[in-house]
Amino acid sequence: MSMTRVRSAATGPPGVPARHEADRAGPLRRLRADRVLLLLAAPGLVYFLVFHYGALFGTVLAFQDYVPFLGVSGSRWVGLAHFERMVTDPLFWNAVKNTLLIAALQLVFFFPAPLALALLLNSVVGDTLRRFVQSVVYLPHFLSWVIVVALFQQMLGGAGVVNGWLSALGVGGVAIIGNPDLYGPLVVAQLVWKECGWATIIFLAALSQVDEQQYEAAALDGAGWWRRVWHVTLPAIRPVIVLLLVLRLGEFLSIGFEQFFLQRQSVGPETGEVLDTFVYFTGFANGDFGYAAAVGLFKGVVGVVLIYTANKVAHRLGEQGVYKS
Amino acid sequence: MGRPTPAVRVAKAVALTVVVLLVVFPLWTVLATSLATPQNVIDNGGWVVWPDEFTLSAYTEILQGGIVSRALLVSAGVTVIGTALSLVCTIGLAYTLSRPRVYGGKPMLLLVLFTFLFPPGMVPLFLVVQGTGLFDRYAALVLPFLVNVFNLVVMRGFFQSIPPELVDAARIDGAGELGILRQVVLPLSKAVIAVVGLFYAVAYWNRFFEAIIYFNDQTKWPIGTVLRQYVTGGASLAETSGELATTSPQSVQMAVVMLATLPIVCVYPFLQRYFVKGVVTGALKA
Repeated sequence: MSMTRVRSAATGPPGVPARHEADRAGPLRRLRADRVLLLLAAPGLVYFLVFHYGALFGTVLAFQDYVPFLGVSGSRWVGLAHFERMVTDPLFWNAVKNTLLIAALQLVFFFPAPLALALLLNSVVGDTLRRFVQSVVYLPHFLSWVIVVALFQQMLGGAGVVNGWLSALGVGGVAIIGNPDLYGPLVVAQLVWKECGWATIIFLAALSQVDEQQYEAAALDGAGWWRRVWHVTLPAIRPVIVLLLVLRLGEFLSIGFEQFFLQRQSVGPETGEVLDTFVYFTGFANGDFGYAAAVGLFKGVVGVVLIYTANKVAHRLGEQGVYKS
Repeated sequence: MGRPTPAVRVAKAVALTVVVLLVVFPLWTVLATSLATPQNVIDNGGWVVWPDEFTLSAYTEILQGGIVSRALLVSAGVTVIGTALSLVCTIGLAYTLSRPRVYGGKPMLLLVLFTFLFPPGMVPLFLVVQGTGLFDRYAALVLPFLVNVFNLVVMRGFFQSIPPELVDAARIDGAGELGILRQVVLPLSKAVIAVVGLFYAVAYWNRFFEAIIYFNDQTKWPIGTVLRQYVTGGASLAETSGELATTSPQSVQMAVVMLATLPIVCVYPFLQRYFVKGVVTGALKA
């Protein structure tokens, strides 16, 4: 996204005459020439200006003692007071701790799951069977978190299917939903159920590029399925794995909001509070808008730093980052 | 490739079956419970895998007017109008950003891509919605999510993959930018439009949180928000209390889950074949 690259792309290499007459014309002429395209772009641009850049401007209330009645212009400026409060607020650090814990669980248990499923799917020889399984495992991605949480309650809740089976077998019920000790594994299991299938898409695309001849050579050398995966497949798609891992680290704090918003009450804030729900309950339930915005801004800035670093690392590794267009 | 040993084949078959069942079985029990009679549900302790007797009473009950019927209408309206508006805005912006040497093209692109890096926070966005007078209006469920940067980038990438010769040929034939978009670009982009349209539609259909903070008037809630009341809010359906003889609360709750899921399950098979083509082509180019 460097400006030098952008400029040279816009004007073309030196010595080559511009193919487009308008490049040489004045701004007004070019504006006129491109008026149809600019009109096409206008609604989308207005959207970004109002809802993204407008909100960016609204972030100033992180430095205010915001009173809804007075608005941004009427509220008192408090400088960094909210950020100072953050440092000593045990509830904030509790939310940070829970967020990091869940993010780590997601990284360890969710990240490899789609790769394993993709390897399994890729080894299915029949096209029809593979397409059927793919259709089934993609589906949960399109269900809302409300439905996913409802399904998990139906299956794992106190009066749910699994507990019904256990009591039929004479084994006592297990409290899974609402049990703070199992909250981390539960939310990661939900994420795996919802997103694992969909996340295989990119791995499957990479796997389809692996050279068939290498497989055959390895098979001729007597390598079994597992050895072929380990010595041929995984090295071949290593760049994709590394890139996705780096990008995931860049989004480390983005563990999702809706899932945790829906289930925070079931285990209480001590276990269930993550940064995003902390922002919500501080701002909307307690009306402490300025402090909530400050915490949101903190998370946003840390997020930018992480993504920026992740992209630097990805480029260093010779891969394309997310925002190099 | 060498033939896998029988043991490996059995292991694979078992693994695939388990994966498919893990997805299908929960959905199946929801469907079965929603179709079961109240006595059946009570006998089984709150859920059934195969109803003794099928009944649609849970569905007729919640669809005869009242909060769920209204919420379904709200969601359908928001989804249809929202998806149409989102597609128009996304196609327009993506097309312009895909053309080389548009006046202001690079600054526009940077302006859009920056938002990818720094999405608006919950509280500041709330202020914007408040400031634009969208409170208690259905537009609050559409306008703040009108264009999704990921969808935009995918679509722009797809437009860029269209061979420039086709565009040049149309221009020589005297087509303007709108004509090129309509006659050349759009017909070639059905896959990406289908996929991006599905992404938008699903997002609009599933959205529930925003109605909680933007709507004081609960009669305007979409289906997701209503469903959340029953699922995690612990509320029971007001209309069914005292009528346990004809339907069980579990069946009604599962019927609401089913109604919120059904539109997605219905549209999904038709668009599924476009997923890889639309997304991978667009994303790789981007």
